[in-house]
Amino acid sequence: MPSWGEVTLAHYLVLGAILFAISMAGIFLNRRNVIIMLMAIELMLLAVNLNFIAFSRYLGDMAGQVFVFFILTIAAAESAIGLAILVLLFRNSGSIDVEKFDELKG
Amino acid sequence: MLAQLNAAASLPEIVILVAAMLVLVVDLFIPDDRRHFSYWLTQLALLVAIAVTLTSVRLEAVTAFNGLVIDDMLADFLRLACFIAVSMVLFYSRSYLVARGMFRGEVFVLMLFTLLGMQVMITGNNFLTLYLGLELMSLSLYALVASWRDHTASAEAAMKYFVLGALASGMMLYGMSMIYGTTGSLDLATVARAIGARHDSPALLLLGLVFVVAALAFKLAVVPFHMWVPDVYDGAPTPVTVLVGTAPKIAAFAMALRLLSTALQGSSFDWQGMLIVLSVLSMVLGNVIAIAQTNIKRMLAYSTIANMGYMLLGLLTADRYGYSAAMFYVVVYALTSLGSFGMIMLLSRAGFEADQLDDFKGLNRRAPWWAFMMLLVMFSLAGLPPTVGFYAKFMVIEAVINDGFVWLAVVAVITSLIGAFYYLRVVKLMYFDDAADMQPITVRFDTQLVLSINGLLLLVLGILPQQLIARCAIALMHSNFP
Repeated sequence: MPSWGEVTLAHYLVLGAILFAISMAGIFLNRRNVIIMLMAIELMLLAVNLNFIAFSRYLGDMAGQVFVFFILTIAAAESAIGLAILVLLFRNSGSIDVEKFDELKG
Repeated sequence: MLAQLNAAASLPEIVILVAAMLVLVVDLFIPDDRRHFSYWLTQLALLVAIAVTLTSVRLEAVTAFNGLVIDDMLADFLRLACFIAVSMVLFYSRSYLVARGMFRGEVFVLMLFTLLGMQVMITGNNFLTLYLGLELMSLSLYALVASWRDHTASAEAAMKYFVLGALASGMMLYGMSMIYGTTGSLDLATVARAIGARHDSPALLLLGLVFVVAALAFKLAVVPFHMWVPDVYDGAPTPVTVLVGTAPKIAAFAMALRLLSTALQGSSFDWQGMLIVLSVLSMVLGNVIAIAQTNIKRMLAYSTIANMGYMLLGLLTADRYGYSAAMFYVVVYALTSLGSFGMIMLLSRAGFEADQLDDFKGLNRRAPWWAFMMLLVMFSLAGLPPTVGFYAKFMVIEAVINDGFVWLAVVAVITSLIGAFYYLRVVKLMYFDDAADMQPITVRFDTQLVLSINGLLLLVLGILPQQLIARCAIALMHSNFP
């Protein structure tokens, strides 16, 4: 049982899980804005990064940290594509409101 | 660790990468009326990649880049299947793209990058490479779905695909981080050894497994992770729909096989149960909802969901026989699916999508040969002899019976009977209804030739399936599964 004073692996994992859960909620409960969805996706990747770094430190293995660099790069590419699609969508339909996307039945 | 590069094992990937860059640059310098030059350059690259892969087939597995990548018979077989599928997509979609002003270099470049991502997924031997391949494939596909820029449905489908795809990637990563934490490695074989060495299955590993299986289910499009499939199939331009529906399914199968059978074979008891639930839900829901569709692209989307359910039957047996049945299924499905969307593109023209079931009415009177091709495709999807779809279904059902899941086989047979209804409805519309539209079908000769070969292949492989079945079995035999 860890004492209250020190930060252990479990603390990081719980923080990662909370961030992951917030991002899930952001995607599924969000009924207003697509940009918030993109932010939630970013948050999800950051939660994963935290997990990888915590495990990497705990295991004394560098591979996890290297993985994080790749995830950061891909997260940037992913937002670029997401925002590009968002711009296209706004140009075509004049709105970024999630509820107005009803051309397809879903 | 000694550097062990061995880049020759990744030669097909290098060919596609160089080709993608080349098309990107060359396309800048050619005028609009000579776009077909980039098109043929892309086709040439695919041909070279096929040749390179065929000459480098060897029996034993080789790893490259310090074990990040593996080149085995399985990789060679599935790579070839992807090259051929993408090449056929290009043949079918040329007239469609020209008619909609989308016959541009970026479409070919994005298709090549999608293909590169799929190859990385197929040859990945490490969580990192598998993830990078998945993202390269997915990001290119999101852009392709949105490539019909003045079409609102296309952008909307791209947004839905993007959000759900990114969610799936995030879940995959979260699962991978958990598995990394319990096993201490990202290398698939090391993970397998670490799981084999312990006798319990810790909660973290199970949690990771659940997330990885859920993300794979997203990519394979099985219920309950199927929400994006009908919208993306419907909203995307048809050439992209056929690309999404064929080669990426092969790659997702390869990734599932690498993750579940190479790395997580030790937890097969745990993932088997999950796959059974996914498979049954997909077979039932996919086939039942498909009946209610009037749009043929949506109908084929639900048909994909159902078919991926049948494919999972082979995967969930967790033995070599089942894996080879699943591999045969996914390759046959890709071939059949190419034929079905090829037919939709054949009937479409400028300003007319041919995406309603009614557009197939009276096709026999209009073009008997193409009606016959569509008949073969529908028979193969329904799993009726003498087409190859029959053997595909037969083998996965046989695999689950061998493994003792007789009830699963019963569910599979009943749902494929339900499925036969909506496939045969298309045949009825073509042969027994009057045509609303008698416009003659005019397409390029090469498109006609490839589409006819595709249709006849379904029949020929249905009569002589042994070669392909044996290839699948040999490919799996010489791959490094524990």
